[in-house]
Amino acid sequence: MLNEIIFLLCASLTLAGAVAAMMLRNLVHCALCAAGAFAGLAALYLQLDAQFVGLAQLLIYVGAIAILIVFTIMLTRGDEVRPGASIASPLWWVGLPVGALVLACLVGAIMASPSLLRLPAGAVHAPVRKIGEALMNRYVMPLQAVGLLLTAALLGAVAIGLREPRDAESKTQ
Amino acid sequence: MTTPLANYLIVAALLFSVGLAGALARRNAVLVLIGLELMLNAANLNFIAFWRFGPHAERLAGLMFVIFSIAVAAAEVAVGLALVIAVYRHRRTAQLDRLDSLKG
Repeated sequence: MLNEIIFLLCASLTLAGAVAAMMLRNLVHCALCAAGAFAGLAALYLQLDAQFVGLAQLLIYVGAIAILIVFTIMLTRGDEVRPGASIASPLWWVGLPVGALVLACLVGAIMASPSLLRLPAGAVHAPVRKIGEALMNRYVMPLQAVGLLLTAALLGAVAIGLREPRDAESKTQ
Repeated sequence: MTTPLANYLIVAALLFSVGLAGALARRNAVLVLIGLELMLNAANLNFIAFWRFGPHAERLAGLMFVIFSIAVAAAEVAVGLALVIAVYRHRRTAQLDRLDSLKG
């Protein structure tokens, strides 16, 4: 019973945050609601006994990605939507039916598979020690690849974000 | 008494649809990226739920997928936001419908 109440709280926090992040007008409010949705997801992970992933989600999403999004919003502040102007793209009426259609397909597929409801939740035990051992043995090549990817992304973000030389800038304007 | 698997899957489906509709319907590039993040997170929630309820939970496959997926999402959002800032510097806008130079 308690478990269900916690699940409902976390799920409603996540979904309300997500909907608000996609619907609100003020971009800073959107970023804060998205951070709330990420925090709700972290709580769901913790409820599913995935402590390491839940805490990593808190650190990376609520800690780093939300801050990055807020920084970008602050840096692209010059073209705020004027009051009265639409916040939706000209083709928004295509986006909403596509989202509804995907939702209907997914929920239909979940409801049509009764075997999902009967799966028992076994006792799982995933301490950080076991995760570290798995990362160092079985998953060592993916770990190296992720390290390479993160290095490339770091260099790429710096290279894209660097201010270009003055002559190149004057040429484009 | 634990919450059954289907509830988590439905939450993930709702989250994915909200992210998809938002990414398709909003004008601002930053909000499109937030929508993408919501979709990635919905997939992560599915991975964790199937790991928790499926057989062979001790082999940690679902957890590992999520760890790598979070790392890839972090790399993606860093480069994506850098691109938004670079576009803003050239065009003075982050509204996607005003970036129409290639439109015929």
